[in-house]
Amino acid sequence: MAAARGHLGLSDETTAAPPKEKMAVRHLTVKAGKTPILNDVSLSLLENEILAVIGPSGSGKTSFLRCLNRLTDLDGLSVEGEALLDGHNIFASEADVTLLRRRVSVVFATPTPLPMSVADNLKLGLRFKAEVGHPEGRMEKSLRAAFLWDEVKDRLGSSALDLSGGQQQRLCLARSLMLEPEVLLLDEPCSGLDPISTAKIEEALQGLKKTMAIVLVTNNVKQASRTSDRTAFLLMGDLIEVDDTGRLFTSPREERTADYVSGRFG
Amino acid sequence: MKRRWINFVSRFFTIATGLACLAVTVMVALILGNVVRHGFGHLSWKFLSTAPSAGMTEGGIFPAIFGTAFLVILMTLAVVPLGVCTAIYLQEYAPARSRWVPLVRMAIQNLAGVPAIVFGLFGLGFFIQFLGKGIDRFFFGGDLVFGQPAILWAALTLALLTLPTVVVATEEALRVVPRAHREVAYSLGATRWRMVRHVLLPQAVSGILTGTILAVSRGAGEVAPILFTGAAYYLPYLPKRLNQQFMELGYHVYVMATQSPDVDATMPILYATVFVLLALTFTLNFAAILIRSKIRRRMKR
Repeated sequence: MAAARGHLGLSDETTAAPPKEKMAVRHLTVKAGKTPILNDVSLSLLENEILAVIGPSGSGKTSFLRCLNRLTDLDGLSVEGEALLDGHNIFASEADVTLLRRRVSVVFATPTPLPMSVADNLKLGLRFKAEVGHPEGRMEKSLRAAFLWDEVKDRLGSSALDLSGGQQQRLCLARSLMLEPEVLLLDEPCSGLDPISTAKIEEALQGLKKTMAIVLVTNNVKQASRTSDRTAFLLMGDLIEVDDTGRLFTSPREERTADYVSGRFG
Repeated sequence: MKRRWINFVSRFFTIATGLACLAVTVMVALILGNVVRHGFGHLSWKFLSTAPSAGMTEGGIFPAIFGTAFLVILMTLAVVPLGVCTAIYLQEYAPARSRWVPLVRMAIQNLAGVPAIVFGLFGLGFFIQFLGKGIDRFFFGGDLVFGQPAILWAALTLALLTLPTVVVATEEALRVVPRAHREVAYSLGATRWRMVRHVLLPQAVSGILTGTILAVSRGAGEVAPILFTGAAYYLPYLPKRLNQQFMELGYHVYVMATQSPDVDATMPILYATVFVLLALTFTLNFAAILIRSKIRRRMKR
């Protein structure tokens, strides 16, 4: 733990300007009643990076992700420690949670289009801001960024439920992008998708990281290794190790990490 | 021996349940058939569009049709917002582990078990004597304006009677919206109200309409609650203001059945009135069902 924390935010790369820290989690402890879910996790997320969070089921990956835009409020979990967005604690009593969720957007594990048209799904976030108007340009931009535009451009008015699972998930991604978030959280976004849809989402992420920071929670170790810049390994609520993805997969510091990424357990 | 017994029992219950079903159908058919047979012949445009005359032995029932429609519309305007808001509060806003929520729910369900005549007496006591008289005292210097039986008070009394139907139907409709949909709304930066407005209500609309249908068809047929609160035996004019009395089909049926000076002359009118009352209720139901299925289809599309 201590080793991992000492490593935080200090990039070993000797670049001219060290990358800026977008979000930082400090001593985050999450409990459901008395059951610990996350133990004293500290981790930072840099601008324009994809941070993969890997670990076996039940290791607290999803709870970690939900902390970052305070969806934990809905779960009745107790959260200690702080999470900073541009240096401001999102758990502070004066923090505006609706504003936070517009800046830090999430895509859930299962596709969750609402029973309305494709266009109405996309406009939801704006509607919640009470923004009316014709965001056609923004809709096209979001759909293109999610690699969905060509497939739905002629059926924006038809029900989102008629799309395939892979299309629905990309619609959810586009829906999140409509608000032009600064941080994008993805909770196993490809868990139920075929390889082609998965490839499209991964390709979309590479384009998106130019304008935002991305946290990708995944059960799929290979996906983490081919998509992310850095990877964090969680086990039973503890942060075991976080490092540049290349290094974590080739020469991890911890034996448990090595065992997990090579498929010996988990 | 044993097999024959099992066969016998099996056949017995097949026949018994079938007969029960048949009895119900026959009963409904008898009622409808009787009403149609005796009532349909007397129906005419004149009957529907004129007022009763000659001590209800001649003339039509237009004031009663008008009054019923007016009453039911007023009742709907009162009960739907109140019931829907109550359900939204209970389902979405009330603290999850509150001890009061089950108590409020129980109170609403008990309201459904209160006999209609008690609602009538309550309406008389609360709306007319307390609220109406109070309004008169404060705003009209004691003149008799609202402190008397009126269509407004009758509609509010009916709204109380049908409130449980709307609350229960709306709560049910909200409950079946998946938790994931709420999470999506919150994750996109919705406040609670915007989540309700843009995610829950569009999905709950058909359930709310179902509740409204049931409330309307119940409200249109009730006589006891309006007996003391606004229904009139006979009125030479149509109600134009909320504090006027009105004629109503159900009450008109009751009046003609019990107070007619000439039973034989009234009988065809009575049958025709019952026919109209049934037709009106069925039409209302049918219209609402059409609207609901239309909305359902739109949601699915």
